Amino acid sequence: MAHAAAAHTEHGHDDHAHDHHEPGFWRKWVFSTDHKMIGIQYIVTGLAFLFFGFGLMMVMRWSIAHGSDVLPGFWGNLLHGIFGDAVFDKAVDPSTKAMVGYSLSTQGYNVFGAMHGTIMVFFGIVPIAFAGFGNFVMPLQIGAVDMAFPRLNMASFWSFFISCVIMVWSFFVEGSAAKSGWTNYPPLAGIADQSHHAVLNGGTLWLLGMVFNITSSLLGAVNFITTFVQLRAPGMTWGRLPFFCWAQFITAYLLLLAFPPLESAAIMNLFDRVFGSSFFMPTGLVVNGAVGPDGQPLLFSGGGSPVLWQHLFWFLAHPEVYVLILPGIGMVTEIIACNSRKPIWGYKAMVGGLFTLAFLSFIVWAHHMYMTDMGPKVAAFFQTTTILISVPSVILLTALLLSLWGGSLRFNTPMLFAAAFLPMFGIGGLTGIPLAFNAVDLYMHDTYYIIAHFHYVVAPGTIFAIFAGVYHWYPKACGRMMNETLGKLHFWGSLVAINCLFMPMFMQGMAGVHRRWWDGGKSAYEATVGPWLDWNLKISYAAWALGAVQLIFVFNFCWSMIRGKKVTSDNPWQATTLEWDTPTPPPHGNFIKPITVYRGPYEYSVPGEDKDYTPQSEPPRDSKPLEAKAHA
Amino acid sequence: MEIPYTVRPRPDTGLANPKLGIWLFIASEVMLFGGLFAGYIFMRLGAEPWMWPHGWLNVPVGTFNTFVLIFSSVTVILSWEALKMRNFKAYKWWLFLTWVCGLLFLIIKLSYEWPNKFNHFGAYIKKEAAEKYEEYLGNEGEDGRLARGQAPRLFISGHPKAWSDVKDPSMDKIVLAAIDDENHTPKSAENDRAHFIPRDMVHLHEGHEVVLDKKDLVNGFGPFYPRLNTYLACYFMITGLHGLHVLGGVIVFIFFWGPGSKLYKTNPEQLCNRIEVAGLFWHLVDLIWIFVFPIFYLL
Repeated sequence: MAHAAAAHTEHGHDDHAHDHHEPGFWRKWVFSTDHKMIGIQYIVTGLAFLFFGFGLMMVMRWSIAHGSDVLPGFWGNLLHGIFGDAVFDKAVDPSTKAMVGYSLSTQGYNVFGAMHGTIMVFFGIVPIAFAGFGNFVMPLQIGAVDMAFPRLNMASFWSFFISCVIMVWSFFVEGSAAKSGWTNYPPLAGIADQSHHAVLNGGTLWLLGMVFNITSSLLGAVNFITTFVQLRAPGMTWGRLPFFCWAQFITAYLLLLAFPPLESAAIMNLFDRVFGSSFFMPTGLVVNGAVGPDGQPLLFSGGGSPVLWQHLFWFLAHPEVYVLILPGIGMVTEIIACNSRKPIWGYKAMVGGLFTLAFLSFIVWAHHMYMTDMGPKVAAFFQTTTILISVPSVILLTALLLSLWGGSLRFNTPMLFAAAFLPMFGIGGLTGIPLAFNAVDLYMHDTYYIIAHFHYVVAPGTIFAIFAGVYHWYPKACGRMMNETLGKLHFWGSLVAINCLFMPMFMQGMAGVHRRWWDGGKSAYEATVGPWLDWNLKISYAAWALGAVQLIFVFNFCWSMIRGKKVTSDNPWQATTLEWDTPTPPPHGNFIKPITVYRGPYEYSVPGEDKDYTPQSEPPRDSKPLEAKAHA
Repeated sequence: MEIPYTVRPRPDTGLANPKLGIWLFIASEVMLFGGLFAGYIFMRLGAEPWMWPHGWLNVPVGTFNTFVLIFSSVTVILSWEALKMRNFKAYKWWLFLTWVCGLLFLIIKLSYEWPNKFNHFGAYIKKEAAEKYEEYLGNEGEDGRLARGQAPRLFISGHPKAWSDVKDPSMDKIVLAAIDDENHTPKSAENDRAHFIPRDMVHLHEGHEVVLDKKDLVNGFGPFYPRLNTYLACYFMITGLHGLHVLGGVIVFIFFWGPGSKLYKTNPEQLCNRIEVAGLFWHLVDLIWIFVFPIFYLL
């Protein structure tokens, strides 16, 4: 066997000799077509945006807890220096007229709120969980040499990068970035910033950035699906695919079919903003007494419908919820199987659940729109489908939970994050069920209950899965382990802080605290929700603590790259899937031996085997004919 | 390192990578234009009947363009077929015809159809001021539109004496030096339905001055830009995006006709696949136009 492998390696090198040469610095690190490098580019860019988006939120939490009080001197000066007058007000002592510092302006609060949502969803989680891990791990797990279209892959990353540049740039144009919420609802989104430059203003740049971002996702989705279908190694039948690959495949379909309607909506909104059309501007729109923000009459012909935007937006944005969560579930599945040394319980039910989930996710979007006067019949349809979609979600979660049963669990850092994902995602999911009913939703709409609900799904849900994934695949990418002690510190700190952050929001929301009060409600709503406003400061402390804990991760991530413990084996976790069959880190072209798959993805603790894991590429011990067949 | 199945199909899926890729891309394009057409339907259902125009576009020219595009869809197949038969000369010839047709489509669109909108003026009259312009609208009286059970007309179009008056906020009047046929003889049976741009664009009535007071006009008056009404907004958006797709196709075909055709010497089958895949995209572009043409020109 060893001899055969060596012969193959030699043969492989001969093949390479005439068409392969070591790429230079730019082609290797920047304009790479290698799926692993592109995956890492996505992950690093995405992590940077996650921290940026989180930083915006920490400033907002100051505003919620302290209203227009000045920020602590250093932070005030720093933030004002970066973001300028459009976002930070100068605070002056009324008696002495001396400047005392800077505070977040009300408009600045809107800017940060809108950009926090946009960045976290479209520039943080999707690039990391789908594009990043999908790119790095999925081709390795199916035994492919690369993605099906490597140059298209590079094009998607650079399209994404352009969208990043546009979004960051939008903070520095006159009037600062978009300020109409991440949902960008017209008619406000159509008229905000119209008094500034015709194109270089926050709202228009947001749309341009989104067009590039969506294009990137579409190209990526085409590439992912083609790779998944076409480049599976010999023997990698549908039933032998790791669950992570299925999750990526379904996610790619969601992006492929749900994102274009938002692109068309973004184009319509661009027309409204740049050419003065009125797709989303209703007839008779009155803003500030029929006069626009620049003192001129609004140039809209009317006849448009703001609800059209909501339909097109949520037609994307509901499947987008599953785009956010499915890659996370995929990663958690891999990590739980590996660290419980036990096959996944109900693999087929889980894959079936994925398909059902994907299909249903296209017909639930209007449950975000119960406030738009849709009438009981339409509402009844969407309530029914929304309740239905909880069934496959619960199947996935239950299967993962049962997978732990009777396993010999290894609580390393990735497993801690993966295990914590289950109850956290469970809380997020179950608190969503009341919101499916419009009677409840009319009351809960736009309260902190909603904030808590979807943050439980994506923050301690998907982001914990992302952390699990980073800790799990880091040794494959870098050849070094991340530090376990720091990892555990990061985990426990995050777990405590994030629950202190979001759990009280459920209570606040049920009491009626609204999500868009820039000062947390102190100035106007003391009489109605007074006692609950005391929580604002405590929640803010939890948010800042959570931010501080992430510094451990940043340090660990960078430090381990240079000083981390070197891996001694290509398969440090003793896992079964194909990505661990490659050298560490995998070279261009991934596998140095021809890869053939002989068994399912989770053959852990198979009775009669001499070790507790059997890699997918390991031939059956005494069935030569099968091997011959698989090769043919 | 070589990626498998870039030319030959994978036996168990029966597909080569590029073909699957382009079908997926087409699926996403269908959703993209689906969103735009959904927008069109929404706009049209929501519009007041008198706001949604009819007959603004030149049907013969549109029909001609339709045939140009359909013809190019045939020629691209013929070029693929010629390549499959390894007839390189015929391939070059048919592909040449394909991109020339695509280019012709764009030229007609950009030199004739679009600019016609930009030098034409239109304005919606506020309901309360309609009486003032009754002479040009033809709503009242026993032979008027209302008596005939039709939606009132509240639109005047033509050519202004000085375009600068339209843009200048300090001018409160616009003088039309020539108005369209339908405003000139609003009560003729021919003008029952709005057809603000005369079909051949020359029936303008010279010397018929009409003074429009800006305060009588609904916001958004001016050239036939997207902001004039939602019909034009839909028209420019959908034909514009479609035009970008045509442009993309033309560029691809020029490449495969010119430098890209060198591949014939080394790997003719791969070139064949590329033409097939580009052809699939081109059929999509054609098919979208098959929807665009009736909803803007005919319905």
